[in-house]
Amino acid sequence: MALTNDYIRQRLAEKFGEQVTGFTEPYGMLTFEVPKEMNLKTLQFLFDDEELQFRFLTDLQAVHYPDDKGRELAVVYHLHSFTNNVRLRFKIFTSIETPDVFTATQLYACANWMERETYDFFGVNFIGHPNLKRILNVDEMDYFPMRKEYPMEDQTRVDKDDEMFGRGGTF
Amino acid sequence: MTEEILQHTREHNIKLPDGSIEKQTTTLNLGPTHPATHGVFQNILEVDGERIVSAEPTVGYIHRAFEKIAERRPLYQITPLTDRLNYCSAPINNMGWHMTCEKLLGVQTPKRVDYLRVIIMELSRITDHVICNSVIGVDTGALSVFLYVMQYRELVYEIYEEICGSRLTTNIGRIGGFERNFNATAWQKLEKFLKEFPDALREFENLLQRNRIFVDRTVGAGPISAERALNYGFTGPNLRATGVDYDVRVHTPYCSYQDFEFNVPVGTTGDVYDRWLVRNQEMWESLSIIRQAYQKIQEFKGEEAEVYHANVPEYYLPPKQDVYTKMEALIWHFKIIMGETEIPTGEVWHSVEGGNGELGFYLISDGGRSPYRLHFRRPCFIYYQAYPEMVKNAMLADAVVVMSSLNLIAGEMDA
Repeated sequence: MALTNDYIRQRLAEKFGEQVTGFTEPYGMLTFEVPKEMNLKTLQFLFDDEELQFRFLTDLQAVHYPDDKGRELAVVYHLHSFTNNVRLRFKIFTSIETPDVFTATQLYACANWMERETYDFFGVNFIGHPNLKRILNVDEMDYFPMRKEYPMEDQTRVDKDDEMFGRGGTF
Repeated sequence: MTEEILQHTREHNIKLPDGSIEKQTTTLNLGPTHPATHGVFQNILEVDGERIVSAEPTVGYIHRAFEKIAERRPLYQITPLTDRLNYCSAPINNMGWHMTCEKLLGVQTPKRVDYLRVIIMELSRITDHVICNSVIGVDTGALSVFLYVMQYRELVYEIYEEICGSRLTTNIGRIGGFERNFNATAWQKLEKFLKEFPDALREFENLLQRNRIFVDRTVGAGPISAERALNYGFTGPNLRATGVDYDVRVHTPYCSYQDFEFNVPVGTTGDVYDRWLVRNQEMWESLSIIRQAYQKIQEFKGEEAEVYHANVPEYYLPPKQDVYTKMEALIWHFKIIMGETEIPTGEVWHSVEGGNGELGFYLISDGGRSPYRLHFRRPCFIYYQAYPEMVKNAMLADAVVVMSSLNLIAGEMDA
């Protein structure tokens, strides 16, 4: 029997009850949210379960929502079950003041650099990571450049009028 | 590589007197600009004689902040950024990005567009594999094979030139299809390539596949088990060389790949030789896919035979000569350029089988003109982490061969 999104949802509800929320299916991929303390439990459950077998971490990254107070940073996991050929995505939200999230490196070796990249660009502090330091940016950098408060272009420049390039205002 | 060489002797080569503060191993910087690393990679190796004790890769030398730049660019302007990820197979990245946008915008492409895209993507897979495999030859001491096949990459680049005007960083295609139909010269050049390349590929195989020196250098070098490879997030030929038959084209078909018959070659041991074999076989499969696509395209009749883009004027940039002469084209051009077309909100994951693995795009749109967040899943960034484990206890010369066999592209890794 092919594994359906409804069935995965049902299994998660059985296991974690009310803690798993926000089920949606954008473009066919099951998406849900778990509390940030639960990320490892969720990963482990999806990994170990004999029917689900989500054992491939496709991707891990963060998103910054500056207007969402108390849950500014989202860490997004993309998982793939090769045996069932089903993908899913789940998110955890954390506040930007204490961006502490448990590391997935114990379960997935590939999470090492993905988490370093996420730390490098968003400042998500992965607790228990063996080597959490910058990876793509220079070590001396003292801010997290993918956060929305950092504009892409140098704000001190006066020789360019952004309005003329369709880049001013609300864009 | 024989077993007794692989056995690490516990004794160190450097004998230090008692109480010395010197260490018994040597630190060696391989890269960032070493001719044998084929890109800007730094590896800090601890070597004991010629044996590698540990390796520490450093990446990020050509980081260009594409994800940040993409947050300020409209969708169609992000295509040139994707060129510069894996520049050995830029068209696959371009097509992957177009398909991600089409998924978000709900654009259905006609079959003929899909088949044209398949031709371009498989051609670029061949160029990607040809580079990687011939460079393994170079790193084992056979420069001539590299020069033999390089002229066929040139033929492919000429085909790209006919279609989009550029060669390496192609910016090929548009959201919804292609910027122009394939012209007669492009088809002629494709036929020439299909006719001449198989002989060259056979010759290439003959020169390396059973070559004693090549086999001795590559068999058993840098092996990885299927389980470790999956845990390290391997995809593409490197994963298939370990025996896992995961191919995005088969598992989640995109761009009408379900219409084609092809095999997914797999290896057993996941060493350099298996990776080489898998890539080589994939080139034959790609050739077969191109032939099938060419066949299918010739079966279109009448108006269908001229279709090269979907009929979506609100997203597909009109041809420039129409912009200057036709009112409607001018309006759409203006709307697209000024960001006045409706972009739906939503989050999209789309992945394609890139030259070296699963290339994924994670696009979050808030309805604005440019993405709210765009993340590229760059396959080689993810599997390069396994490099220290793969070269541990190997000889120094193997470090170079293992690196080139992984098909690492600095541009993709550093995004």
